[in-house]
Amino acid sequence: MENLEIILPEIFLSLTIMFLLLFGVFKNNSSKLIYNLTTLSLIILFALLLNLYQFSDLSIFNNSYKVDSLATFMKLLTIGSGIFVMLTSSKYIEINNINKMEYPILILSSILGMMVMISSNDLIVFYMGLELQSLALYVLASFNRENLLSTESGLKYFVLSALSSGLLLYGCSLIYGFSRSTNFNIILENSSSGQYGITFGIVFILVGLAFKISAVPFHMWAPDVYQGSPTSVTTFFAVLPKIAALSVFIRFLYVPFSEMNDQWQMIIIFLSIASMIFGAVAAIGQKNLKRLIAYSSIGHMGYALTGLAAGTNQGIQGSISYIAIYLVMNLAFFSCMFMLRRNNEYYESIEDLSGLSKNHPLLSFSLLIILFSLAGIPPLAGFFAKFYVFMAVIEQKMYFLAIVGLLSTVIAAFYYLRIIKIIYFDKEKEKFETDHHLGLKFTLAVSTIFILAYFIYPSGLTEIVSKINII
Amino acid sequence: MDFPIISSLIILPTIGALFILFTKSSNSKYQSSKYVALFISLANFILSIYLWLIFDKSSINFQFVENREWLSGFINYKVGVDGISILFILLTTFITPICIISVISTIEHRLKDFLIAILIMETLMIGVFCSLDLVIFYLFFEGGLIPMFLIIGIWGGERRVYSAFKFFLYTLLGSVLMLIAIISIYWISGTTDVEKLYEIGIREQYQKLLWLAFFSSFAVKTPMWPVHTWLPDAHVEAPTVGSVLLAAILLKMAGYGFIRFSVGLFPIASEYFVPLVFALSLIAIIYTSLVALMQEDMKKLIAYSSVAHMGFVTLGIFTMTQQGIEGSIFQMISHGLVSAALFLSVGVVYDRNHTRLIKKYGGLVTVMPKYGVVFMIFALGSLGLPGTSGFIGEFLILMGAFKKSFLVATIASLGVILGAAYILWMYKRVVFGEIIHEQIKSMKDLKKYELLILILLAIPIIFFGFYPEPLINSIEISVTSLIDNYNTNLTQSIAKK
Repeated sequence: MENLEIILPEIFLSLTIMFLLLFGVFKNNSSKLIYNLTTLSLIILFALLLNLYQFSDLSIFNNSYKVDSLATFMKLLTIGSGIFVMLTSSKYIEINNINKMEYPILILSSILGMMVMISSNDLIVFYMGLELQSLALYVLASFNRENLLSTESGLKYFVLSALSSGLLLYGCSLIYGFSRSTNFNIILENSSSGQYGITFGIVFILVGLAFKISAVPFHMWAPDVYQGSPTSVTTFFAVLPKIAALSVFIRFLYVPFSEMNDQWQMIIIFLSIASMIFGAVAAIGQKNLKRLIAYSSIGHMGYALTGLAAGTNQGIQGSISYIAIYLVMNLAFFSCMFMLRRNNEYYESIEDLSGLSKNHPLLSFSLLIILFSLAGIPPLAGFFAKFYVFMAVIEQKMYFLAIVGLLSTVIAAFYYLRIIKIIYFDKEKEKFETDHHLGLKFTLAVSTIFILAYFIYPSGLTEIVSKINII
Repeated sequence: MDFPIISSLIILPTIGALFILFTKSSNSKYQSSKYVALFISLANFILSIYLWLIFDKSSINFQFVENREWLSGFINYKVGVDGISILFILLTTFITPICIISVISTIEHRLKDFLIAILIMETLMIGVFCSLDLVIFYLFFEGGLIPMFLIIGIWGGERRVYSAFKFFLYTLLGSVLMLIAIISIYWISGTTDVEKLYEIGIREQYQKLLWLAFFSSFAVKTPMWPVHTWLPDAHVEAPTVGSVLLAAILLKMAGYGFIRFSVGLFPIASEYFVPLVFALSLIAIIYTSLVALMQEDMKKLIAYSSVAHMGFVTLGIFTMTQQGIEGSIFQMISHGLVSAALFLSVGVVYDRNHTRLIKKYGGLVTVMPKYGVVFMIFALGSLGLPGTSGFIGEFLILMGAFKKSFLVATIASLGVILGAAYILWMYKRVVFGEIIHEQIKSMKDLKKYELLILILLAIPIIFFGFYPEPLINSIEISVTSLIDNYNTNLTQSIAKK
């Protein structure tokens, strides 16, 4: 009998999904209740996972499902940001009339898929999780079905994502064919650098994964989907799938193929350099905030991948710290976006921020902190994210990557500065409403204080992350 | 554990800023904010004077060192002062209250935010001058961009957005290379603690590249020719106080960085790059003086004169002689006071006449006699007349330069003449002559607070001009040990070959 206790969170989540689904079907007008129950169940899930944190390096189901410090930490990040996404967007979905009972349930299923992805130690399990989260996301992207852009984005995401899943699956089959197994540990034993089939398999899988985290050149979907989806879903898109995909990146590259890093290192370096530069340059001309943040997240994923390219534990830890700080910055940014509301309408163009600092000094101050932090200016949290990653990269003497990365932060600083300029230097416009609900205010306050005060005690995060040793 | 005096110096302005941020002044004039800002900055000044008094001038070690675990396992929060940094701290804490007095009496538009920005700025500046760890230094050094960007952008002139962006991106671009160098030093030497690095040194084969990376950052910030173009723009568009902060303190961070890091950490590379620095400094001195001569905008003229004066500073540092380095430090302090005063003087007439063009003035002395006198003191201080602090600095630098190379010193001396030319010519056109423009006649002489801050600045300029001993005394030992360390490193390196 397997020890099912260690996957208690996943079991709990599945049961919650089924229960909420039935509950929603049989009880009318229960969407609000289900929404709150979902938030509650996520909090319970978070507590369950915290409880699990003392376990170390366990596996289950024939070693195809791992619960180690990497998995638990990434799951905590996923669920934690899931909670905050739920907290911030409750009012938004109400106003935009998308508070159907399916909405929170789809979010939960997507999170379940991510948890499976994060823990997977087997190609098939990994693919299952990936598809579960993607299917839910297709629906979520087009959830505002009366809106043309939203429908378009859902369809676009579906078609492109299906293509990338196809490639990924093909890669899986190649690897299975050449290494006689789908289990990561067995693949490690059976593979060697000389087998081209495996190299091709790695490339195909990397393409699929790069698509999920929108790394250049597989980023085409991101701007349209970010812009088209309802903002609440964009928040979700910008944060959660990236955490899951990055942890799969780590496990996939460093468990079965850690010996073959000469084969994949160049690919990662290319992906990261291309993303950093493209993300920085393409964002300059944007007018829509959501589109801009899409390009900015492309760039940020480039930095996160930079850490992986280093090929050391230090690099992995850098990437994990990066994604942790990135998600806080993004949650904070989207909380600010949810505050740009006037007469039950949300504004998302950069021009709408014009002169914001006159009427909303605190909101502008938070945006100032968040944007400087996204640009990576010390002493804000965003700087430390880059610092950790480049520590690892320079340790490996990859100076070219470091120089390109840091130079592209200068380019990226330009468009963040442009927003700050519009907020602080331009003429003011009409006031926005200020009666925001508690969850939104709370999220913004917590995340801004985290970003601002991070430098006082930076050891906190590093100490947790330094326990994650994959190699 | 003693009382953490340096950390208090760093933190105090931030506490003031937070206090201002969260208190709501009852009326729109922000009375309480004004007093808090003034009080905090004066308290900080007194604290730094106290620090200077109890500072042991005969010790070569860093004093009042605080060393705390910060980023566990990697980097410690380490601050402390030696004879060099303490002077810059004094300069910062002295200039800040002056800025605050000037701001609260001239600015009305979003005064509260301005005060917060200045106080945050003070924290960061003091942090730069006393950090003894490269990463901590970088945090403070770069953090200064944020408040300065806002000061230029919010309270600046017409082309403020362009200038603010130029300032920010230029300096950021220079600094990211320094970040790479700092991280590399960590992996090469295993620490970023400056004191430890002084002891163990950095391996010779890495020094040149690292030096260049640091240089790229400091050269932009100094600013050295040819990367000085952001400075005139930033100065012209910044509000008066922004210019004062920029000229008096921000530029000094780079000069300080050259002494502490470039010369201190990479002696072999510094020796190798001396010709480069000399060439750039001489171009800066001659070329920007000539450019300054032709300026029509007073602020731009002073901005170019800053570039020329900072050219003297870099020249002095890289003579690697006792006189040269002492002169550079002296020149930086003196320039901090003089340029601050000059920008404030320009601010005085700008507030009345709303133009900075030289040709719109003339004959000010008849309507503003007091102004004519104080402006004269600062103009003479700027050109380095004996009896003002400007003279001591330039004299020592030229002495150092003569030791090193006759040609370099001769060319640099030409710069002194040009310096006298542009500043006196400007003074003549603005203050003397007939009154041509009608609106000049209605201009009032200095108000009380203006007279107060200008006299406050004039006192040290004249005092240190006649009696430089207190300043020289405090830097002497530190400079000697710096040069000793430099020479030992050089001889060791030659002996190896």
